Amino acid sequence: MEQFAKNTIFKGLLKYAPIALLFISVLNEFDFNYLDLKYFSFNFPFILIFYWSLKKSESLGYGLIFIAGLINDVVVGFPMGISSLSYLLICGFTAYLRNITLRPNMLKDWVFFLLTTVFASSLSYSLLVLFFSFKLNYADLLVNLLFTFLFYGIFAYLFEIYNKLAFDKKDD
Amino acid sequence: MEASRDDFVIAIRSAFLKKGNKQRFSLIFLIIFSIIFLALGKLNLKAVDYIRISINEIVYRSAFIASLPENYIQKGYNTAVNHFNVYNDYNKIKSENQKLKSEKISNNFIVQENKRLKKIVDDYVTISDVIVAKVLIDKKSPFLRSIIINKGSKDNVKLGMAVIDESYLAGKVVEVNFTTARILLLSDLNSKIPVTIEPIGLQSILSGTGNNDGKIQYLKEEYKIENESTVYTSGSGGIFKAGIPIGKIKNIPNVEIGVDFFSDFTQLKFVKIVSFQKEEN
Repeated sequence: MEQFAKNTIFKGLLKYAPIALLFISVLNEFDFNYLDLKYFSFNFPFILIFYWSLKKSESLGYGLIFIAGLINDVVVGFPMGISSLSYLLICGFTAYLRNITLRPNMLKDWVFFLLTTVFASSLSYSLLVLFFSFKLNYADLLVNLLFTFLFYGIFAYLFEIYNKLAFDKKDD
Repeated sequence: MEASRDDFVIAIRSAFLKKGNKQRFSLIFLIIFSIIFLALGKLNLKAVDYIRISINEIVYRSAFIASLPENYIQKGYNTAVNHFNVYNDYNKIKSENQKLKSEKISNNFIVQENKRLKKIVDDYVTISDVIVAKVLIDKKSPFLRSIIINKGSKDNVKLGMAVIDESYLAGKVVEVNFTTARILLLSDLNSKIPVTIEPIGLQSILSGTGNNDGKIQYLKEEYKIENESTVYTSGSGGIFKAGIPIGKIKNIPNVEIGVDFFSDFTQLKFVKIVSFQKEEN
């Protein structure tokens, strides 16, 4: 009985892991930039938000995603609201994909992820350049997008395992 | 055709307008809220500034705590790299030290002479109280090169103050909160500093490349700049005093005239925040 209760608490905690990971990643930006590998960077929050809002939308509240975006803007030094906007757009895209998909397919998700990130990044960086006069290196942006796209496959696989463990994957 | 367009509209409407499962807000509401946030940020209203400063204070402190595990890994990685480089570094430093010793003797005389001459031309020669600050967050974002320090308006840090690492210019203060401030590093694409290139004495503008180096801009093609020429602040614009060392001219791929900074921005732990004033006679 005690073992069962412990298991339930543990499983309950596991369900909060995606949102905890999102907040840790925006506060800490774990993107291995300290390795100082030329051009190497990727946008982990994009991957995390896309996957979890597609597969388990209730595990990431939109309000919390909005706050995570504000935190990311403060940490990175962007005008407040820009990351929230791109994160919420990703949620919108995934909600749309969920509505039109009958049989989920990893490859389709991956391609749709590319479209989503391209759109969300283009919009936020256009706003930065046009309205806030930021100067950005477009080569870095493109490489960041490419790595984000490539890394989606790896993280989606890991999240899939986690999804099965933590949520028993009943409603997918 | 008509039906598929209807399906598209229904799917979009359902995605953005309807509250999702266990969601408190609809997406469209939060998207509009983000746009309002952005617009208010652009307007520079006083009330919005106070909210922004409060959020900054909380987030910077939280980010510092959240960064501790990664910083620990980073420190370990750097220590390991340093161990491998120790022998080469020792030889390099030994020869540099010998060279510097001889140069120091002649420099002492030049420094004194320079001070006297600056007084005559009424240049910025003194610095205000130096504020030593600890680097709280060093994100190395791929797009923006900035750091957060643990001193703010409470410690008299003001916008535009120079940030010095050892005796080299590292950047300037671009955002001041109550107990924290953001420094825009020289390597950032948005950084623009008036500089002098010695020994030829060329005036120009130094901009960051977005990586760990800089580039000289707005210079006529007829000027030939030798590699290893030294870049100093020019003092134009009155923000920095003239003659703060910045870096050396170096060949950098894809950059016409590259600058290798003296300061290693990836290793900043403590920096000095200074402002410059004219010496009163």
